[in-house]
Amino acid sequence: MKKQKRTGLIFFPAFDWAISPTHPEREERLLYTQDQVFEEGLLDLDNITEFKPGLATVDDINRIHICVPDAESVITESHLISAGGAITAADKVMQGHVDNAFALVRPPGHHAMRIVHGARGFCNINIEAIMVEYIRRKYGHRRIAIIDTDCHHGDGSQDIFWHDPDTLYISIHQDGRTLYPGSGFSDELGGPNAVGYTINIPLPPHTSDEGFLFVLDNLILPIIDEFKPDLVINSAGQDNHYTDPITNMNFSAQGYALLNDRLSPDIAVLEGGYSIESALPYVNVGIILAMAGIDYSSVREPDYDPDAIRQSAQISRYIEQEVSEIHELWKTREARRAEVIQGAGFLRRRRNIYYDTDGIQEEQVETVRVCDDCGGLLTIDSQASTGNRIFAVVVPGQSCPACRKKGEQFFDSMGTGPYHHAYFQDRDRDIYLVK
Amino acid sequence: MILGIDVGGTHTDAVLLDNFAVRRKAKVITNQKDLLDSLLKVTEEILGDDGPELLDRVVLSTTMSTNAIVQGNTSRVAMILAGGPGLSSEMLAINDDTHLVSGYVNHRGIEAAPVHRGEVERIRTELRDKGINHLGVVGKFSTRDPKIETDIADILKNDFSHISLGHRMSGNLNFPRRIATTYLNAAIWDTYNSFIKNITRFVGRFTTGLPIYILKADGGTFEISQSAKCPVQTILSGPAASIMGILSLTDCPDDAIALDIGGTTTDIAIFAGGVPLLEPLGVTIKGHKTLIRGLRTKSIGIGGDSVVSVEKGELSVGPERRGPAAAFGGPAATPTDAMIVLGHTDIGDSGKARAAIAGLAEALGRSPEETAQAIFERTCNDIVTAVQEMIREINNEPVYTVHEMLEGKQISPSVLFVVGGPAEPMAPHLGDRLGCRAEIPPNAEVANAIGAALARTTTELTVLADTEKEQLTIVEEGVQQPIPASFTREDALDICRKRLRERAISMGGREEDLEIEITEDQSFNMVRGYYTAGRNIRIKAQVKPGLIALSGKDADR
Repeated sequence: MKKQKRTGLIFFPAFDWAISPTHPEREERLLYTQDQVFEEGLLDLDNITEFKPGLATVDDINRIHICVPDAESVITESHLISAGGAITAADKVMQGHVDNAFALVRPPGHHAMRIVHGARGFCNINIEAIMVEYIRRKYGHRRIAIIDTDCHHGDGSQDIFWHDPDTLYISIHQDGRTLYPGSGFSDELGGPNAVGYTINIPLPPHTSDEGFLFVLDNLILPIIDEFKPDLVINSAGQDNHYTDPITNMNFSAQGYALLNDRLSPDIAVLEGGYSIESALPYVNVGIILAMAGIDYSSVREPDYDPDAIRQSAQISRYIEQEVSEIHELWKTREARRAEVIQGAGFLRRRRNIYYDTDGIQEEQVETVRVCDDCGGLLTIDSQASTGNRIFAVVVPGQSCPACRKKGEQFFDSMGTGPYHHAYFQDRDRDIYLVK
Repeated sequence: MILGIDVGGTHTDAVLLDNFAVRRKAKVITNQKDLLDSLLKVTEEILGDDGPELLDRVVLSTTMSTNAIVQGNTSRVAMILAGGPGLSSEMLAINDDTHLVSGYVNHRGIEAAPVHRGEVERIRTELRDKGINHLGVVGKFSTRDPKIETDIADILKNDFSHISLGHRMSGNLNFPRRIATTYLNAAIWDTYNSFIKNITRFVGRFTTGLPIYILKADGGTFEISQSAKCPVQTILSGPAASIMGILSLTDCPDDAIALDIGGTTTDIAIFAGGVPLLEPLGVTIKGHKTLIRGLRTKSIGIGGDSVVSVEKGELSVGPERRGPAAAFGGPAATPTDAMIVLGHTDIGDSGKARAAIAGLAEALGRSPEETAQAIFERTCNDIVTAVQEMIREINNEPVYTVHEMLEGKQISPSVLFVVGGPAEPMAPHLGDRLGCRAEIPPNAEVANAIGAALARTTTELTVLADTEKEQLTIVEEGVQQPIPASFTREDALDICRKRLRERAISMGGREEDLEIEITEDQSFNMVRGYYTAGRNIRIKAQVKPGLIALSGKDADR
């Protein structure tokens, strides 16, 4: 029998909040999960403790996001509670009340990028990213690995940690050619100062437990071992499930439990997952038991038939090949960095970002200072179809003196010109200025 | 008049109430071997020469069920569990006679696997060979649809003297607690039923047609013949009696703290706006977490007779009790002795108290007075800490809606009620430290019997409507009936109120006492694709724990 762990559960189903009455992100989403967790009596187990979520603050949001025109305009109270739930999970783990914690909260966050003009992929603010920076600020942990197991590419988290060599962001998701948001290909490796610290593992539709666990055992766990993070976070989407209505994967509750058992995250935060009756109740019970080190071998869906959903031999071969290619990318990240930089002092990328939930189009020009000592000073020129145009100067976390100084000088001397607002963000010093 | 009796662990108390006024009170030592004997003695003492014809009703709080469980005076019970997937079976088995069978319903009450008749029949043979007569049948999510439990019970109904069904115990979710509750109900069935048969016979000797009520853990009562159907409801009625007593002796619409400071323990309860708080899920007895609704109490091992010791120059109080206070011939110094030395009270032999305190004073290198003061403060502090901890727990209980989260209702007591032996000297100090006005209710020494006498009949009911399935479930009654797809939340509320009223009356409630409160009111869209396929409606209502209304004739006086 394996060792039990003390597991914290922050459960906030927000039974009175929805994007719209028939939207997948609606009041009922965690209802049956609550039923199952309560009926199984999980909260009575000695090593599982439920905690009430705290409320995140606007300062917590401004440490990571540039919200346009300001945080208050793009969020509802529910977002403060779900981000607050993630923060509570972190506090309970960091302060040693529990060994690990699961924030089973909604609404989710992993499609929310650094600049926020509105909601994308049901997300307004990135609750994991807010939690990660809160942890760094309050407890000083630097190296953090985020494993995003949501079926959709976590393009928001990727954007936020793109230039951060202290955050290993690994996303495992359904191939972007077949699913929203259409990104997350294996050649997306991170910005010039963090090449290799973003890892994308797109999987073909109908990948089942075998495929996910193969990727975990042969790619994710070895890379985590090498990265040596202070903390491992599971951005725990549950939409890889074989019954999910908006995806095409064949993952099961057993698979989710096994994954969390082997990954052993310090903190898990719920992301997507919209098979609210047939998947979430069982997946969540599986994850909670696995995190708590309690036998989960009897957890399964009523209609579970592993043979009926098993991936084809072709998929298995495809995944094996992909895993070895991505592993090679990781091993050769230093060489790739040199190829990307090629002696440049600044690098620039232009992007169009679509906010599907709110129907907003954003054009963004992002410039990063090439830097060997930190993630690099970042400036962003962002114009949205709402009419808002802003400019942001972002001093990275663990900033080197040169990048900070340049950022401060730039912001001090700039006029707002064509911009509605200019923003200055310095995480290390917790400074957030708007002009 | 109402006769209220509380058979406690040490004393059996009785009061005779003329409306809310105490006419007589009596106290006898409880005969643990024969509770009926204690009842008889206290009744004789309180009635004196008067006959039972002056009584309108008798209300009884007894430790019968609690003792049966705590002392293991229970029947051998076989449990049949239909749980389906989930926690491993080893975690669910409550005893060696637990059998797991196939068949389960899911969270919506939809059958995921049927009962296997042959399997149940094989178990029947095995249990018959073992001579087991009591059976509990519990299904996961049986509160959503009791079909699995009733199917199994139908197969076995002629083979056991009694079968307890899980869904009848409570409408709340929690399979392991449902198992424990059902097990306990079956385990004390015989003991309890023979006890109430004796009571009924005993009362029948004096009078006929006198209603007898039994106090439950939630501070409500039910009529004795109803209690026979669900004896487990009567566990832990003792603390409930005290709390209801304090409620009746005070008139406080605010948040308040109630302390019952005994010899061994102090029981803490909290009132929110004048209403005693209930345990969120159910009471715990002998390590069994149950679904039995009960008043929320916290018991700490500090009382007037707690042993005071000194270790490494630090004073500590309790949790052990070795006997009475030194002033009454006990073996060790106690908080009671400290209060005697300080002149807070003049009970017992003050010389013995002083001698015991002096022993500790030497170890501490302080004067007896200083030591007594330190003991007194330590005792008060420990109680205050426990009270504050309990309030913090209550205020930090999770909520599941944005509205409740932002509303953030917090308990903030302004009044402290204290009963029990050391109430008089301790109340002002405790009140100061808790920032509350301290009160000692009149007749506090028989608060428990008064509480039993004046408690109203309570019950709760859960109504679930699934308009996609077109089915209504009245959980605690095991009733299911068809509804139209157009069924609304208002329809469910109406049915819940009406059925709760009927249920309370059938349990012995009076129309004028039925203060009904909706405790859960949820209605969710069930969506298929992007279309609403139905509504999932969940209503729960209770008759609030509280006091009976003044009777009309007495109210006019």
